[in-house]
Amino acid sequence: METFVITVLLTLLAIVTVAIIRQRNMYSVVILSSVYSFLMASVMLVLDAVDVAMTEASVGAGISTVILLATLYLTGTREYPTARGTGIPLFVSVVVGAALVWGTFELPAFGLADTVIHKHTAPLYIEMSQKHQMPPNIVTAVLADFRSFDTMGEVTVIFTAGIGVLMLLSGRRRRDEVEVVKVTESVETFGDDVADENEPDGPNGSAA
Amino acid sequence: MKFDVILRVGTKLILPFVLLFALYVQMHGDYGPGGGFQAGVIAAGMIILYAIIFGVRRAKEIAPQRVVEIMIPLGVLIYAGTGVVSMFLGSNFLDYSHFAHDQLHAHEWGIFIVELGVLVTVAGTMTAMFYAFSERGR
Repeated sequence: METFVITVLLTLLAIVTVAIIRQRNMYSVVILSSVYSFLMASVMLVLDAVDVAMTEASVGAGISTVILLATLYLTGTREYPTARGTGIPLFVSVVVGAALVWGTFELPAFGLADTVIHKHTAPLYIEMSQKHQMPPNIVTAVLADFRSFDTMGEVTVIFTAGIGVLMLLSGRRRRDEVEVVKVTESVETFGDDVADENEPDGPNGSAA
Repeated sequence: MKFDVILRVGTKLILPFVLLFALYVQMHGDYGPGGGFQAGVIAAGMIILYAIIFGVRRAKEIAPQRVVEIMIPLGVLIYAGTGVVSMFLGSNFLDYSHFAHDQLHAHEWGIFIVELGVLVTVAGTMTAMFYAFSERGR
């Protein structure tokens, strides 16, 4: 049953991806990428990664769709075909894709319990979270307790990204423009002073 | 969309449950899926939905732009401040062992406060970004 659901979801993902590539109307592309995020969230849900599924559904399908639609409102909704040829990009993406598929052949079978990633730190987290009486959801215990310092870095990243977007978009350029005007005014007055000082010499010299 | 009755009434019905779900995800992050990040995005989504249906001006009466912009650094301060407080209590940076007498409550308190910081920053950032886009579009 799980294999069937995953197969259906991944097939739909492939169809949506092809539709996104072929679509020239950016509005449709945004809506299709929202559909893609919902499908991806469903895949994560089937894989028992509920935290990731929730993030994907709220951020990928919710907020980023709204932000992209707001961007389209500012830019325009039509993508114009480029004049350049598609040969080299196609070649690069086919080679990279083939390399990635080739790389998956060496991976351990899906869902195998005794692989390196499940034997290295994961048992330690489970054991330590029981020993220190951490909350039952070990994902939260790892994110906000064991690796709290990492999460602080992530919050700082969100903070920095938000401040950057606000600086790019907010209407506070006006203050800068006012300052620029002030600076040019002061430069002009400075130039006038210099000219005044030079005036006794300059015209006389040229006249002589 | 000011005159679409179905959307307006539907939004009014949904909004309290969205907020409740955001708070549930926030409070139950240590027992179920979710946490500060997801809760922050859902809470910001509530404000954005309200702004889309009823207009940005009315959304700014609920979540004023000044408050939203203050929330962005405030969350980081709450997070880093938790670490500083834990250092004053005699443990390492962001080690919650001394927040309560028994381990379970100490870790729950630490995670709760830290996740609150994440919620504040994420909700503030997302809402402020939406406000910035909507202002720019005018």
